Amino acid sequence: MALGRFRLNPSWGLAAGLTLAAVLYPQYVGTLRSLPVVGEFTPSVAGLVVMIVFTMMAVGLNVVVGYAGLLDLGYVAFYAAGAYTAAWFASQHFSQTSWHFGSAGLNPDMLGIHMSLWLVLIIAGVFTAVTGILIGLPTLRLRGDYLAIVTLGFGEIIPQFVRNGDSLFGFNLTNGTFGISPIDAPGFGQTLNTAIGLPVNYQQSFQRENLFFWTALALLLFTVFCCVRLRDSRLGRAWIAIREDETAAAAMGVPLMRTKTWSYAIGAFFGGIAGAYYASFKSGAFPADFYFNISIFLLCMVILGGMGSVWGAVVGGMILGWLNVEGLATIGTKIAQTTGVNLEVPKYQYGIYGLIIVAMMLFRPSGLIAERRHKRELEEGVHDTPMYDVTHEGTLTDRNETND
Amino acid sequence: MRPGVVSIIGLALVAVVIVWLVVNAFKTPELFFNVFFIGLTNGAVYALVALGYTLVYGILQLINFAHGDMFALSGLVASTVLFSVIGVGADSSMLAIVGGILLGLLITMVAFATFNAGIEFVAYRRLRNAPRLAALITAVGMSFIVQNVGLAIYDVDFRSASGLLPRTPVFEIGDVAYPWNKFVVVLITVPTLIALTWFVRATRQGKAMRAVAQDREASSMMGINVNRTISVTFALAGSLAAVGGMLFLLQFNMRYDTGFELGLIAFTSAVLGGIGNLTGAVLGALLIGFIQAFNEGLTWYTPGSDWTRSIVFGILIGVLVFRPEGLLGERTPEGA
Repeated sequence: MALGRFRLNPSWGLAAGLTLAAVLYPQYVGTLRSLPVVGEFTPSVAGLVVMIVFTMMAVGLNVVVGYAGLLDLGYVAFYAAGAYTAAWFASQHFSQTSWHFGSAGLNPDMLGIHMSLWLVLIIAGVFTAVTGILIGLPTLRLRGDYLAIVTLGFGEIIPQFVRNGDSLFGFNLTNGTFGISPIDAPGFGQTLNTAIGLPVNYQQSFQRENLFFWTALALLLFTVFCCVRLRDSRLGRAWIAIREDETAAAAMGVPLMRTKTWSYAIGAFFGGIAGAYYASFKSGAFPADFYFNISIFLLCMVILGGMGSVWGAVVGGMILGWLNVEGLATIGTKIAQTTGVNLEVPKYQYGIYGLIIVAMMLFRPSGLIAERRHKRELEEGVHDTPMYDVTHEGTLTDRNETND
Repeated sequence: MRPGVVSIIGLALVAVVIVWLVVNAFKTPELFFNVFFIGLTNGAVYALVALGYTLVYGILQLINFAHGDMFALSGLVASTVLFSVIGVGADSSMLAIVGGILLGLLITMVAFATFNAGIEFVAYRRLRNAPRLAALITAVGMSFIVQNVGLAIYDVDFRSASGLLPRTPVFEIGDVAYPWNKFVVVLITVPTLIALTWFVRATRQGKAMRAVAQDREASSMMGINVNRTISVTFALAGSLAAVGGMLFLLQFNMRYDTGFELGLIAFTSAVLGGIGNLTGAVLGALLIGFIQAFNEGLTWYTPGSDWTRSIVFGILIGVLVFRPEGLLGERTPEGA
């Protein structure tokens, strides 16, 4: 049944090949990096972890922006929520107590809450999804561009809350500007280690980066799989219907609010997991990491890859992730070496992302890997005047432009 | 069809704010009025930027995200124009300083009118019939480009011209003083607003703007040059941003990324007043200016500047949820 459909799809074969190449990456990265020209542009394993984490967020954001067509300019809020969930449940921050639950390879007397990181990832996903629902409920009635601004507002409020959250009525929730660090690493504990040789704790392992890399890869694959399957599900088709024509979708019986809220919740879920995992990799959650530009960086990945296309989000995410982690710095050094002009390329990274966004919107709005349906929408136009309009009194939209 | 509970919550919030203000005013009256003038000054600058958002939104239904960054860049350019091109300094005579500021204002206004219209021509015009979010996304990208132009030219240094104008008070009642360098903001903003109102209400081009805002196709059928009208709107918005940039430069430090936060504040002002409505933008900007100043300046139960951004966005979200048409929204959006 379902499996049979996969085999017919050639892109799954390609995906399997790429996955295999990626799994073996730590084996041959040393060789690649020692090559003359290619080597300088090859990301390290640690860099690749960061790239994968951001790609995961891009795939999550793609659910909101690409599938459901709701522009979210505050996705960084979900990243922050995930990171701080990890910080709360797997660090020494709450030193008033000492509570361990499946923590791997840690001294059982250690203060603070220490839960198994695997559990924390799930908690982070659920907590962030709930945050997404809470943000969505009052705001999803708003029209597209207003919604974008409101999400931006939440994307600014949550980091500021985190930054000022060191004395909320005397309670230190977030440790203010210093952030929370260190955060526990994932691991399988002593029992599984002796039984089948799984690592006790990533942080203490001599293969630390490789372990983080393989786990990140597994998480990304999980995310991609979920998102591909979601797209073809009843919910996914409802999202696409809403994106194309809200009024028609509602007339066909798609519950608008519930469907949109689900897209928020699911998009947030992956953002939360990615955020928590990244916090664990960096071993810290710092408020300075969560700023508006991150949201735009993620949006740029989705746009570059192609809105609504999962593989597009993956490709866009890896390209921009690479530029962000190492690429721009390498290119800058290259330019400086060959021409002698030091352009300080990384300093202008957001200007470059801005250029990419504008260029894509003007010349190839459907992205590198265009999703067929979305491309048609962009070419033929859609009715994007929603039914639930903010202005019942009819001041702004009684002009009713329809873009045909 | 708004449920009664929601409006009661909204009104209760407003009541709490008023009580908080009154108590503060009685506890520390001098502080209260000094802060009031700070709020008026900031509000006037916000108004100039907010008008740019509202003008463009009124005519294209586009949130011109790059507008805040245009404002910041205009302020930075104004610093170059003032100090390097015209060459005034703190030791110049008063006449030279005033003349220099007015001349600098004129130069930056023309430059940014052209620049803003140019951005519309390059980036937004092609997307006029695309889904509305496409144009908004482009505007977000444009915002980063403009910001990085500022970064490339001026690096991360702060610029200011706050030493140019004297801080001697216009009037002084007890401990309450209103210095000239703040009064100058009102002195420039009010004539600008009057000129803008005149332009939109009384000129042929203004009439064309209002017509295009109401119905683009119909006005094109009536022989209005829609493209030119939209260009004029962007030019107006750009020159208003330049006035705001100059006034901000005369008060505070600014650098390439100042425009992000200020742009969002100004946008919130425009939404609060009722986006598309010119009077509303000014009213909203003054309100936000006061709220921000009171929050940062007063002492009794005040959240403080750490929370300013949250408060401004809280207002934005609150307005959009409780009263999305804004304070003056029941009028026509283009009614100047």
